[in-house]
Amino acid sequence: MLHLRVAEPMRECEYSQISTRSSTPMETPYKKRIPKRRKWQAFPGRNKFYCNGRIMMARQTGVFYLTLVLILVTSGLFFAFDCPFLSMQITPAIPVIGGVLFVFVLGTLFRTSFSDPGVLPRATPDEAADLERQIDVANGSSSGYRPPPRTREVVINGQTVKLKYCFTCKIFRPPRASHCSLCDNCVERFDHHCPWVGNCVGKRNYRFFYMFILSLSFLTIFIFAFVITHVILRSHRYGFLNTLKDSPASVLEVVVCFFSVWSIVGLSGFHTYLISSNQTTNEDIKGSWSSKRGKGNYNPYSYGNIFTNCCAALCGPLPPSLIDRRGFVQLDTPQPITPTNGITMYGSTQSQSHMAAATPLLQSEPVILTDEAFLPGRTSLGGPCSGALPLGGHPTPPTSTPNLSCDNDMLPLRNEQSDGLRHHHTDGGHHHFLTPEEAPSPPGMLPCGSPLGHSHTIQGFYNPASQDSLHEDSVRGLVKLSSV
Amino acid sequence: RFHNLQELRHSASLANKVFLQRDYSDGTTCRFQTKFPSELESRIERPLFEDTVKRLNIYYAEAEKMGGQSYLEGCLACATAYLIFLCMETRYEKVLKKIGRYIQEQNEKIYAPRGLLITDPIERGMRVIEISIYEDRGSSGSCSGSSSTSGSSAR
Repeated sequence: MLHLRVAEPMRECEYSQISTRSSTPMETPYKKRIPKRRKWQAFPGRNKFYCNGRIMMARQTGVFYLTLVLILVTSGLFFAFDCPFLSMQITPAIPVIGGVLFVFVLGTLFRTSFSDPGVLPRATPDEAADLERQIDVANGSSSGYRPPPRTREVVINGQTVKLKYCFTCKIFRPPRASHCSLCDNCVERFDHHCPWVGNCVGKRNYRFFYMFILSLSFLTIFIFAFVITHVILRSHRYGFLNTLKDSPASVLEVVVCFFSVWSIVGLSGFHTYLISSNQTTNEDIKGSWSSKRGKGNYNPYSYGNIFTNCCAALCGPLPPSLIDRRGFVQLDTPQPITPTNGITMYGSTQSQSHMAAATPLLQSEPVILTDEAFLPGRTSLGGPCSGALPLGGHPTPPTSTPNLSCDNDMLPLRNEQSDGLRHHHTDGGHHHFLTPEEAPSPPGMLPCGSPLGHSHTIQGFYNPASQDSLHEDSVRGLVKLSSV
Repeated sequence: RFHNLQELRHSASLANKVFLQRDYSDGTTCRFQTKFPSELESRIERPLFEDTVKRLNIYYAEAEKMGGQSYLEGCLACATAYLIFLCMETRYEKVLKKIGRYIQEQNEKIYAPRGLLITDPIERGMRVIEISIYEDRGSSGSCSGSSSTSGSSAR
C-alpha cells in the first residue's frame, strides 16, 4: 500500500493535476504563506537557469562565452574593416549576405545553447518503488553476492536493444537516451555534450546545433574568402605592406578563420553523415550499429533512405520540453528523488562497495569521494577494474570533475570527454577524444580488465566516467569470480 | 461506487498506484504498453481500459507523425528563425492538449466512477501512465485516510 505524503490525499485527483500546464498550486490556508517556487528552482540536475527558467544551460559555460566572443569579434572586425572596401569595390551585397549569415549563426547558437536538449525528468518516488519491485520480482530475491545488473531487452525493428536502468534518475532509459554526467541528466537521443555551446545536444536541439555548425561553416568560409580578396585587391593598389598597415584586423580574421575552418567544416561533414544515417555521435563512437560488430547488425532507427533520415532529423515534429521549468512546484505532488551529495538511498550497498573498490585507482583524483573503508575481499576479486567505476554509479560526481560524460549500454571505450577546448570535434574527426593527459588515469593502470575478460574493449583509452555500464560489467565480473 | 470526481474527492483515499510503462518495440516513438495490470482486474472492465490506452497511443502517434504537415511546419519555422512559435503552437502541443482533454473526459466518465484516476503522462515526463486506485475511506480498513508521514512508504 502506498501512502503519499499529503495531509489530504484527495489532492491527487484535482483537475489541475490533469492539465498539462497548470500554473497555480492549490491554495490552502496553511500553505498560503509559503512562496511559490518554480520547478527550475527545484531541478535536480546540474544545470543553470536564467530569465526565471526560460534559459537553460550546463553548469560550465566558459567555453560558450569564448565561442560567442570569437564569433562576435571576427564578424565585427569583418564588417568594420573589410566590408567598406569590399562593398565599394565589388558589391554591397557582400555585407548583406554576411549580415544574414551572422544573424543566423547567432540565432541558432542561442537556440542550441539555451533550450532544453530533451532532458528526461527523474522518476517520482512511487514510480521508482514500483520499478524496483518489478526488477526484484524479475531477478528473484537477491540472495546472491549482489543483485544482477538491471537491463531490459527490447526488439526494435528486428534488432535487439538493451535498455539500461539509470541509478540516478531511477528509470529505464529509453533507447538512444544517455545520461550526461556533466549535467547529471538523462537526455533523449543524446548526441554529445558540447562545451562550445555550453549545453548537451539531444533530441530537442540537435537540428539547431546542426544548423549552427553548418551556417558557421559558411560564415567562416565567407569571411575567409572575402578577407583574402580584400587583402589581394588592396595589395594590387597600395602594396602588401601598406595593406597590412591599413587593415591589421584582416590578419587576425584570416588566422582565426583558417584554424576554425578545418574543425568546423569537418564537424559539419561528420554530422551530415550522422544525420543521413540517423545515428547519434554516441552510437557512432561506440560503433553500435557498425557491421563490424556482427553480420546482422544494422541501425534499427534508420528509415532506409538518406532523404527521409534528413527530413526526420531536421524537419520532424519538435516535442515540447518534459521538464516544465517554469511551472510551479506543487507541494502536494510527488517530487522526483534527488540524490544527496553522499550516498543515495537506493542501491547504497552496491555503490558504496563500488566506490570503496574505486579507491586504489583513483586516489590521485581529488574529486573522488573515497572515504569509505576499503573492502579487501572485493578488491581482490574486482581489482582495478571495479575501480574503473568512476565515481560510482552514484553519487553524482562533484562539479570539479571536468570531463566525464557517461554513456549507457556498453563499456565506455571511446567515450567522449569534453573539457574546455578538448571537444571531440576540434580536429574534424570523431576518433580522438582522449589525449593521454586528458584521461584521468593513465592507461598503464588498466590491466584490470584482463582477468575479468573485458579489457579487450579498452583500447588504451580509459574513461572512468561511465557509471552504469562499468557498474554492470564489474558486477558481472565479480559475480563470475565469486561463483568459483 | 463513486458517481463523480467530487464524491471521489471527499470520500476516498489513495490505495495504490499502477504504472503502465512505455513500449519501445516500435523505436523511440511514444507508445504505452497495453498489458492489463492485475490490480485493476476487479475495478474496471478490460475492453474499456484497453480502449483508453489504445486511443492514447493513437494520439501520440499522431503527434509524432512525420508527414507533409509536420515537414511544412518545420520548414516554415526554420525560415522564420523559429520566431513563429511565439504566436503559434506546434502541432505536437496541440495534440497534447487534445490528449489532456481526452484524459479528463475519460476520468470523469469512466474512471472516477470506479474509483480510479489516470494521470496525464506529460506530468510524469512521458515515462508512464499512472493510474491511481482509490478506496472508499469507510470500507477499506488497511489504508485509512490521510497520512502525515513524509515520504511514501511501500508495504
